This record gives sequence, C-alpha cells and structure tokens, in this order.
Amino acid sequence: MLKYIIKRILIALPVLIGITILDFLIMNLAGSPLEMMIGPKTTQAALQAKEIQLGLDKPLYVQYFLWLKNVLQGNLGYSIKSYQPVSQIIGEHLGPTLLLMGTSLIVGLIIAIPIGIYSAVHRYTKRDYAFVTMSFFGTSIPSFFLALILIYIFTVNLGWLPSSGMITAGGDGGIIDILRHMIMPVLVLSISIAGSNIRYVRSAVLEILQMDYIRTAKSKGIGRYLTINRHAIRNALLPIVTVIGMQIPTLFGGAVIIEQVFSWPGLGLITMNAITGRDYPVIMGVGLLTAVVVLAANLITDIVYALVDPRIKY
Amino acid sequence: MNQNTDASDNKNSNIKMIIKRFRKHKLAVVSLYFLVIISILAILAPLIAPYDPDEVSMAFSRPPSKEHWLGTDQIGRDMFSRLLYATRVSLFVGFAATIISSIIGVILGLIAGYFGGIVDIIIMRITDTIMSFPYILLVLVAAAIFEPGLWNIIIILGLVDWPGAARLVRGNVLSLRETNFIKGDVVAGMPNRYILFSEILPNTIGPVLVYATSVFAISILDEAALSFLGMGVQPPTASLGNILNGAESITILTGKFWLWIPAGVLIILLVVSINFVGDALRDAIDPSAKE
Repeated sequence: MLKYIIKRILIALPVLIGITILDFLIMNLAGSPLEMMIGPKTTQAALQAKEIQLGLDKPLYVQYFLWLKNVLQGNLGYSIKSYQPVSQIIGEHLGPTLLLMGTSLIVGLIIAIPIGIYSAVHRYTKRDYAFVTMSFFGTSIPSFFLALILIYIFTVNLGWLPSSGMITAGGDGGIIDILRHMIMPVLVLSISIAGSNIRYVRSAVLEILQMDYIRTAKSKGIGRYLTINRHAIRNALLPIVTVIGMQIPTLFGGAVIIEQVFSWPGLGLITMNAITGRDYPVIMGVGLLTAVVVLAANLITDIVYALVDPRIKY
Repeated sequence: MNQNTDASDNKNSNIKMIIKRFRKHKLAVVSLYFLVIISILAILAPLIAPYDPDEVSMAFSRPPSKEHWLGTDQIGRDMFSRLLYATRVSLFVGFAATIISSIIGVILGLIAGYFGGIVDIIIMRITDTIMSFPYILLVLVAAAIFEPGLWNIIIILGLVDWPGAARLVRGNVLSLRETNFIKGDVVAGMPNRYILFSEILPNTIGPVLVYATSVFAISILDEAALSFLGMGVQPPTASLGNILNGAESITILTGKFWLWIPAGVLIILLVVSINFVGDALRDAIDPSAKE
C-alpha cells in the first residue's frame, strides 16, 4: 500500500511541474506587469529599477527556476500590488473558500445520493424520469444566472438574506451571520453538484443492481431493503468516490464565479483580482495551490478506492 | 461490387436503427426541434431582427411593448434583436470551440492509442495536466492575456476542452487495436494513415459525437460565464453572457427584468436541450452502454 502511494506521488510530480510551467508560460505571454504601472509620473529609470527588482530582466527559464527555487524554500513571492507575501494572502483567503466548497459538496451529495439511489431502484418510473430531467436542468443552469435569480428573490424582494460578503460590516460576525451569508452561494453550488451527481449515482447503482450477487441476495429472500442497503449501495460507493474526486477542479472553477457574484472573500475573488491586475506572483501561487489540491484529491480518491474495494491489491 | 452494396445497406439500416431508437426519447426529439428552430432563427437573424441590434434610439429602458417585443435597454437598443444576434454569437462560439477541441482530441487520442509507448505517455501526461487544472482558471488567465474577443474565446475554449475527447478516443483505439479486422490490416501491411483514418476513426465516431454534444453544452455555459465576468465577447457585440452582465447593476436586476431574464432562460433552454439530445444520442448509438 505504502509502495503504491509513493508510486502515485512520483507520477503526480511531473504533472505538477507541468502545471507550473504552463502557468508560467501563459502568464509571460500576457506581457509584462510593468505595463500596468506606467503612468505619467513613472520615469524610464524607475521602470528599469522595478524590472530588475522583480527579476523581469532575466531570461524566461531563469525566472522560472528562480521561482521554483523560492517555492522549494517555502517562499511564494510577494504580490506586485499590495507587497504582501503571497503565502499570507492565500492563507487569509483559503478558509472561506474551503468552507464554501466543503459545505456545498456535502449539501450537494446529501441531495444527490438518496435521489440517485431512489431513481435507480425505481428505474423507468415517472419519478425516475422527473428526477433525471431535474438533474439535467441542475447542470444546465448557469450558476451566475441562478445566483442572480436568488439575489432577486431573497435579497431584493424579500430582504431575507444578504447578497455579498461573508460577515455583515460592523456586525458581531457570529456563526449565524456567516450562515446567513452562506445560504445562497452554497445553494447555487450544491444545485450544480447535485445535478451532475444524481446521474452518476443512478448509473452506478443501476450497474450494481444487474450483478449476479444481487440476484443471489434477492433470491435468498432477505427483502428489498437489505438487498439494496447491504449489497447494492456499498458496492456502488466505489464509482461514486471516483467521480467525486474528479469533480474537485470543476468545483474550484465554480467557486471562482460564485465568489465573484457574491463577493465571497475567498481564493476565487483574489484570483479574479490578480488576473485583472496581472499580479503574477499571486496567480502563480493560486495556480500551484489548486494544482496541489487537485492532485492530492486524485491521490486520496485512489487510496479510498483501494480501501473501499478489498479486491484491489497493490 | 456486391460486397459494397451489402456494406452500404448495412450502414443505412444501422443509421435507421439509430434514428428509430433516438425517436423513442420524446424529450430529446422536442429538444432537437427546438434547437433546429433556434438555430434557424439565429442564422437568419439579419433578416428576422426588426431593428439593428446596435442601433441606439430615444426609447430608453422601455418595458416590452408592441414595437419592442422584449423592450429596450438603457441606450434604447431593441432587446429582441439583440437577443437574436446574441444567440447567433453564443451558438457560433460553442459550435466552433467544439469543432476545434474535437479535432485536437481525436487526433491526439488516435496517435496516443495507436502508437503507444513514449508518445502515449507524453500525450497522456499532457492530458492529465490540463484535466487536473481547474480549467476556468486557465480560461480566465488566458482571456486576460489575449485581448478578450470572439475569436480568442473560441480558441481558448477549444484549446482547453480537448482532453476528454483524447482520452475517450485513446480508450476506443486501444480496444479496437485488439480486434481481428485491425490486426488483419496490420498483417496485410496497410499504411498507418489508412488504418487510423479509414478503419479506426469511423468506429469511434459515435462516442466522439456524443461527447461533442456535452462539450457544446459546456462551451455555451463557459462563454456565458466569461462574458458575464466581462472577459468574453465584448460589447457592443451581444452574446447571451454579456447581456446578463448588465444584471449586476442593481437597477436592472430589480426593475428591468426584460433586460436579463430572457437571455438567462434562453441559455438554460439551449444547454438543457443539447444535453437531452446528447443523452438520447448516446442511448441510440450504443444501447448496451450503461446509462
């Protein structure tokens, strides 16, 4: 098992390095961050000093290796805009994003798993069709449009929920306050998560239901409840775990847009600001972090897979 | 000669079977009709639109009326005409991005699966890299770099959407390579190009088509999201996403529903129809595949 994990980490490393190179290349195609600083008061000499200070006068590959060297020493660099260390910026905004993504994933699965199982067990009934159709709508609604509709209903018309931020300015910032701010973004994200997962869960359970051992279980006369709960669902967990692992990148992408709409103070919001402001060190830092998170999620998926399925031996 | 007609007969009946199975999905048939009608309207937009979509008039922010079916925006442009043109742009972006990513994915998948070895390893590592990247981030960064605009959005979306198709085709090629008719070709000394494009490709076209419908749907959603964030199709060109961009302003959101609801509803209907068609198509092409 340990050998397998080490092997997986070794395979993940080139992908990680590939992602950082990709990040670096794309950003350098964008042009220099110095362009954003040019103003009536900046002299040519000041720009040149800045260029040397940021290390932009060196060739591209040297810049990349310098960055890599710093990262290996635990230094992600400093924001070009605010001069704060990138690690500090990320540290401050990681919590809200994880809170939002984690809650949404859990809520989404709480909706999707029971519905998916119900749909599979009651295949081709009217309710099954209704749930599957609903799940298609869940994946087809643009998250920002759903967000706008929710804001229109709950903030503008009813005035029940706040539409931006994580805590009320000047408020006590208690749990209730944060929860009220979370309801709408979590709802939007979990609807799209549930939408795609209902069909995954359904097809996973359907496949299991056609297995021989399910027929055996049924013919033993242990009843439908035990057949499904003891034999079917446990085995259907396998493909479900894989699919959830694969959704982590999508989830992060969704969070970027939702954080923007709801001004949620997370990684997505600072990433958008960094992108529009061409704050390269921050973009590189976020890119590295998300790559690590995604690869770690893949790794954990595989390990969980091995743990859940006793047939897999390493 | 005789064999040839047999083969084409076979093909015809195959297509007939697919059509027959597809028609069992009522929702998908309705969706297909809807998509066809919308596409025709979008293509014929210059003939149908009652006004020039960029024409400014004195009728500012009018609610829907007989003259302006969907009202007008803050600078007096007719929203119905703008919506027609926006649909045209959004469908075009989705379609073009799908074509680009499918071509890249199919070619790389064919090469990786057929030649195997180091080529396969390199291509699959690149595929993994792009797949494990939260790709909206990639799209956003790329959109920030290359001046946002119609063609750049198409290219960006096309360049990030291919890994799925590549994996799918590679998997198919791997299993086809073990079949007797391909082995026969290899033994007969057929050139690689012939085996790849004339023998293997036609046998993977079905799954690729199904996959392409989902890419089409996703591309339309992505274009909308990008344009909504102001990093996609740029005004004055209307797209379904950048029409919705206006709804971030509170006066439009609260008081002028006709400026944002129709575009949003249209996106949902387009995307959900494409998904329904894709789902039915998968069922029709390969009924034995799991749902």
